[in-house]
Amino acid sequence: MPGAMTNGTPTIQVQNLAKWYGDFEALRQVSFDVQKGEILGFLGPNGAGKTTTMRILTGYMPPSSGAARVAGYDVFDESIEVRKRIGYLPETVPLYTEMSVWDYLDFVARLRGVSDRDAAIDRVMEMTSIGERADTLIGKLSKGFRQRVGIAQALVHSPKVLIMDEPTIGLDPKQIIDIRNLIKSLAGDHTVILSTHILPEVSQTCSRVLIINDGKIVAEDTPERLSARVRGAEHIHLQVVKSAPEIASELEKVQGVLSAQARADGVYEIETNLGTDRRAEIAALAVQRGWGLLELRPVSLSLEEVFLKLTTSEEVVQ
Amino acid sequence: MKNIWAITQRELKAYFVSPIAYVVSALFLIAMGYLFALILINTREASLRNLFSNMIFVLLIVAPALTMRLLAEEQRMGTIELLLTAPVHDWQVVLGKFLGSFILFVVMLLAPTLYYVLILQVFGPPDYGPILTGYLGFVLIGAAYLAVGVFGSSVTQNQIIAFFVSLVILLLLWIADAAGGVFGPGAVSDALTYIALPRHFNDLFRGVVDTSDIVYAFSLVAIFLFLATQVLQTKRWR
Repeated sequence: MPGAMTNGTPTIQVQNLAKWYGDFEALRQVSFDVQKGEILGFLGPNGAGKTTTMRILTGYMPPSSGAARVAGYDVFDESIEVRKRIGYLPETVPLYTEMSVWDYLDFVARLRGVSDRDAAIDRVMEMTSIGERADTLIGKLSKGFRQRVGIAQALVHSPKVLIMDEPTIGLDPKQIIDIRNLIKSLAGDHTVILSTHILPEVSQTCSRVLIINDGKIVAEDTPERLSARVRGAEHIHLQVVKSAPEIASELEKVQGVLSAQARADGVYEIETNLGTDRRAEIAALAVQRGWGLLELRPVSLSLEEVFLKLTTSEEVVQ
Repeated sequence: MKNIWAITQRELKAYFVSPIAYVVSALFLIAMGYLFALILINTREASLRNLFSNMIFVLLIVAPALTMRLLAEEQRMGTIELLLTAPVHDWQVVLGKFLGSFILFVVMLLAPTLYYVLILQVFGPPDYGPILTGYLGFVLIGAAYLAVGVFGSSVTQNQIIAFFVSLVILLLLWIADAAGGVFGPGAVSDALTYIALPRHFNDLFRGVVDTSDIVYAFSLVAIFLFLATQVLQTKRWR
């Protein structure tokens, strides 16, 4: 498994998980492993099955078929043991608006049987920077603070596994960075699964990405490899002073160039064979013909494009 | 069990930050005070028997009002997801909620009526036997009503619907024996008579302790808390 530490049994093992809601098949035979200390990102459009998978792992709902194990325990048969080891931030942050932040965290800590509650609460309030709001009623908090209280709640019993459904939703850019750093700092000791539909989040925080669409895993790899794999060909961006009808055809004569297309006035996108770099030849050609070379650079597909390509096209990258 | 107690305590605090506990308790005590005075003036009898017989009717409306929030609001707000993914069994969630409403009932509804016993002294020494068993009946019927209310609150995320579901179940239990006539004498009629609520408590209010009445109350509590647990479990599958 790329990017994963393959020593020992995986912390999370999912095999052929399926879930039906009536006639609707929300999950179709999903299988994956998560190694200890990994941060796995679930990426996918709304309704793809991210939340369903998380709810099965946390013991909130049973699967229709298939099995999942967390820290060696079956999520259905040994649900309580699994729940002890998981910290969970649901999509709708489960907050009691009439309670103060401290009372709420104290309640969750008691529910989870934390022995030194005061220390645990102080620790998670500091981690999520909500210390100064300890006595504020949750109903009076902003969306960002509520989200952080939700994360604090998921961490209060120092769980081995942390499952977070859209953890940075509703936060401002600075808070997003703080939370991402927090999540990254948790890796190693904790195994983390987070879902998101914000792509930069995945490339910045996750060691591995699972792209889910229509209840199926359509791709699974490190963010870097994923974009390379989908690319298929190298892309070069070329800008010259002025477009001319012969430029595209001249470019296509260069060895290794698959196609060249005009994108705007003087701008061409050139596709070359995978693993080749034809920039030197193209630069020489441009100078030789006197096109007036302004810019020449390789283009890599962003994760957005990878994502769109995977979730909209029929062909599945294997 | 520590986690049951955590849920119970949270529930009690929630009662007191919302006006529900105060409003329900005040309305109940006003109704009880009125009935107590009325019965005392009319009968001049140093007993609480008639008051308790009326009380179980007033409580028919008050109990669902105390319990309607318990599970319905958790489902509406999504906080149920916290409870159902915590290392707590579903029955512990249900029991914790039930105990929260039961403690509130004892402290805010039952305990304030104890001074009626002092007032009775004015009319002569009351017979403490029926008063004690009467209070036992008060506790038992409160528990039974509240358990029905917890069940009503489990089936929906709408508090108003929860209230009416509980009220209708309680009313049906109340008049179950009336349907017995339809079937004529026999097992069905006997069963319906046994199910009917008021009969079981009038004995206690008169000072007669019959084990079957106590078993009846405990059975109602157990059955409806069990049903509420089943409802929660079923909802996980959807």
